[in-house]
Amino acid sequence: MKPDLSVNVAGIKMKNPVGVASGTFGYGVEYAELLDLSQLGFITVKGIRKEPCEGNPTPRIWEVPGGMLNAIGLQGPGTEGFIEDYMPFLRTVDVPVIVNIWGTTLNGYVQTAEDLSDVDGIAALEINVSCPNVKEGGSSFGASPKSVFEVVSAVRKTTKLPLITKLAPNVPDIRVFAKAAEEAGSDALAVSNTLPGMAFDIEERRPVLANKTGGLSGSALHPVAVKLVWDAASAVNIPIIGMGGIFEPADAIEFLVAGASAVAVGTANFIDPSTSLRVIDGIEDYMKRHDMDTVSQIAV
Amino acid sequence: MRLHETPVISNLPLSGGYYMLSLGAPELSTEAKPGQFVHLRIPNIEASSLRRPFSICDAEAGVIKILYKVVGRGTEAMARIAVNETVNVMGPLGNSFPCPVDDKMPLLVAGGYGVAPLYFFAKNSTTKGALFVGGRSEQDILLVEDFTKIGWETYVSTDDGTLGDKGFVTQILDKWQGAHPATKIEIFACGPDPMLAAVDTRAQNWGVEAWLSLDRHMGCGVGACLGCVQKIRRKTNSGTEEYMARVCRDGPIFRANTIVWEE
Repeated sequence: MKPDLSVNVAGIKMKNPVGVASGTFGYGVEYAELLDLSQLGFITVKGIRKEPCEGNPTPRIWEVPGGMLNAIGLQGPGTEGFIEDYMPFLRTVDVPVIVNIWGTTLNGYVQTAEDLSDVDGIAALEINVSCPNVKEGGSSFGASPKSVFEVVSAVRKTTKLPLITKLAPNVPDIRVFAKAAEEAGSDALAVSNTLPGMAFDIEERRPVLANKTGGLSGSALHPVAVKLVWDAASAVNIPIIGMGGIFEPADAIEFLVAGASAVAVGTANFIDPSTSLRVIDGIEDYMKRHDMDTVSQIAV
Repeated sequence: MRLHETPVISNLPLSGGYYMLSLGAPELSTEAKPGQFVHLRIPNIEASSLRRPFSICDAEAGVIKILYKVVGRGTEAMARIAVNETVNVMGPLGNSFPCPVDDKMPLLVAGGYGVAPLYFFAKNSTTKGALFVGGRSEQDILLVEDFTKIGWETYVSTDDGTLGDKGFVTQILDKWQGAHPATKIEIFACGPDPMLAAVDTRAQNWGVEAWLSLDRHMGCGVGACLGCVQKIRRKTNSGTEEYMARVCRDGPIFRANTIVWEE
């Protein structure tokens, strides 16, 4: 029997548990020529706030062993630009669209959520309290369980859309943050964002990134993220979307075994844009091999 | 733009750590326009390594050629690619040089391996013109004979004077312009930023059109990651504005007097 790959994560109906992570897939349209987007479980678009954002100076990216550092700084068109320029295309793709949102202030998150609440074609909002590359907002809101609670509560009051809270990896105990998001009304968690990192040009004796520090993603992050998913899953009853260094089906299955309900492919999109589709096939093969009918059976 | 599995036809060392990689890519070679680039997945390197972008140096008869210099671990691995291996290529990507205007003489200005897209351009151009190429030393001056063979004038400069005039490529360009003040010209350039900025200034001073191809580290190559942006000036209804253009998707070629050069 063909296994059923469909999942329902916080009310978002997905054909399969494999989507793409925010910041690694633009607004979908950039990859439309390279793969059939409708085969994806979901698309999470690049983080946006109410106002357009120029992002950080360059260089913004740097390859490191096992992955890359980025400090894009959440460049984006603002909610109005996003709705006008990108939503018409996204509505034509038969796939749930999750919009990653951020703000420099609590009110900024609320206003961004307000602008997106009644927009046709948006399946959920992902609250970004964990971007390491912006001076205000982003990870500063994710640094304490109290501020995570405040941001999520405020956004919760603003919208009926399902909310996913994207947590930072560099916290002493992610369970506390996971619980804070759950208690504030988050419907799911995204675990996790990139890990702060740095690289130097030793000849010039200066950081390679203009922002000095960046977020580490790629294979190097994978075992870190697997543990975070495992820990978070032990603390909450809401579903978790696991992400961090998925390059092969086995990497994704590991997250599902550790307790994730769905996964997102990130950096691998840059290297092999068909990674998500290979991962979907790999999960199906795995389920057949283990005689599993539903994705939830993969969890330990 | 697509992904192509391309067999390696040759991977030949040139002088000074430069190589020419030839790949069997029938579709790409028909589709590619001068100035466009491909994003290569390097075999025999850890799987999480990013792709590397390279200008298309030539595209003819089902083969594309890529000129590269060994500068780091990616290009070191590229130098080890053997004939009959396959390379995964994404492309063609980015915009292309506009067709040269008939009544203007095209002047090509290249720094080092910046000759790559300009050679493809020269081969496809119906109007012949002149190439100005500069490099640090003799070994950094590439493909000059190939330009001569297809009927282009060539002028060479090196920083150390080991080939051609001693000095910067913009100095031999100035010399030529001084000798031909009445000739209508259009400039096409590819090289390091300081060279492009110097060409940009000249284009504005001389009141001529110039097209500048930027070289950047890239992530995705398709405009999704926003890793390779460049601040660009553009006209709006109410004046001008500056925005972060994606070199991979909105470029790599930008018109003179639109690039906001960093100090």
